[in-house]
Amino acid sequence: MSMTTESTQQNASFGNIQARATSTMNPAKIAIRNLDFFYGDHRALKAIALDLPERQVTGMIGPSGCGKSTLLRVLNRMYDLYPGQRATGEAMMDDMNIIDPKIDLNALRARVGMVFQKPTPFPMTIFENIAFGVKLHEKLSKSAMDERVEWSLTRTALWGEVKDRLHSSAMGLSGGQQQRLCIARTIAVRPDVILLDEPTSALDPISTLKIEELIDELKHDFTIAIVTHNMQQAARCADQVAFFYLGEMVECAPAAQIFTSPKQKRTQEYVTGRFG
Amino acid sequence: MAEATEHLVKSFDTDLKRLRDMLTEMGGIVESQLVMASAAVMNRDNEAATRAVADDPKVDALEHEVEQFVIRMLALRQPMAVDLRQVVAALKVTGDLERIGDYAANVAKRSIVLGQFNLPYSLTGLGHMASLVQEQLKSIIDALGSSDTAKALEVWRSDQVVDDIYNALFRELITYMMEDPRNITPCTHLLFIAKNLERIGDHATNIAETIYYAVEGEVIPDIRPKGTSAAYAVVRPKD
Repeated sequence: MSMTTESTQQNASFGNIQARATSTMNPAKIAIRNLDFFYGDHRALKAIALDLPERQVTGMIGPSGCGKSTLLRVLNRMYDLYPGQRATGEAMMDDMNIIDPKIDLNALRARVGMVFQKPTPFPMTIFENIAFGVKLHEKLSKSAMDERVEWSLTRTALWGEVKDRLHSSAMGLSGGQQQRLCIARTIAVRPDVILLDEPTSALDPISTLKIEELIDELKHDFTIAIVTHNMQQAARCADQVAFFYLGEMVECAPAAQIFTSPKQKRTQEYVTGRFG
Repeated sequence: MAEATEHLVKSFDTDLKRLRDMLTEMGGIVESQLVMASAAVMNRDNEAATRAVADDPKVDALEHEVEQFVIRMLALRQPMAVDLRQVVAALKVTGDLERIGDYAANVAKRSIVLGQFNLPYSLTGLGHMASLVQEQLKSIIDALGSSDTAKALEVWRSDQVVDDIYNALFRELITYMMEDPRNITPCTHLLFIAKNLERIGDHATNIAETIYYAVEGEVIPDIRPKGTSAAYAVVRPKD
């Protein structure tokens, strides 16, 4: 008889995982609705609807060419640099539609920062790498700028490693340090949203873990979207995970659900390695 | 949704199949342990009792093997979604099967002691309970082998009947004991035997829940009917 109670409890413990997983999403910082994207005639994103919850991490996964990186490029209007590429629909950040052609791109990119797969430090000093972007948007006194640089480097756990060589070239840093410098450069202008496009795929495992730890730390202040090919990374870092396939967003759910009980067959096949 | 297509990495499928085979083998052994133990009680078959007890180390060894294999798979394959649920389910099921084997062996041991007594009452109720539990166990092991959630649900729902018979037997045996203190020893053994069978039913129910979760990714939606608390009743002799 006592087993009856035990088995109900056991039942409840499975249930709790799901309850916890579904109950913790913040309100959307960016709300994407009915978003299409075209490379010329090719429709690369199809009627995407997705919320990026504020101060949480959204992981985007899917096979190559599924549209996940394209979506990141839409969110800070990277595609404006290329003729023939256009987006339709909505990506609302507060009251602003990101894809509205009339918005101020510089202001947008100060609010939505991006970090790429390969570290891209500027060929200048570590200090200048960070101060460069800040100067474009703000007039700071020397001491305020020093403070801002120190703050950015501290938040990205680089300060201790570089404080004695702020004025030597950033190109002398290791790959992992360079990537953290790029994140420091991104947060230095105090954006709302940080977009990370496979930020660790060129890094060794320890540098990767440091970036993941950093993501965990930064999400207290920033809304983060990360595109990754590493499913374990999405599982470790993301609060919610969106699975993309052939330009569609197939399923978006709390990470625990995507990796334990995805609802869609295609998600299941992808995360278990049965794709194709 | 359970077993979609094959993995891109073929050896992953081989591992999952091996895990399933180990559980089926273990299930087969405990199933036969229970058959032998029941025969030992009902037919006073000491030889069957001895064989049921002798099989126990095999079950323990298989449990250990499954545990090691699961840990290995978690470390090396990092399974996700349905694979993850299957692997964790195997770990839980192996524990349930090992307990079932223990209970069956315990029933067999008690049957040997019972052989030394004259039992002036019918064992029909106990026999009925034993065959129901055997059936539950057989069904749940079949369901395990074929990821059959409908069958698992059937077992899950049927456990109530076993609980009811156990409660009736409890009252009956206590009555015999009150009638004649010489009945206390054999009736106590019979009571433990009934309790062991009832526990085997509970573990079959656990396995049913685990199968359901592994296949569907969610818990069984309805709540199992709970029996009365008759077994906790206090029976007092009349003054």
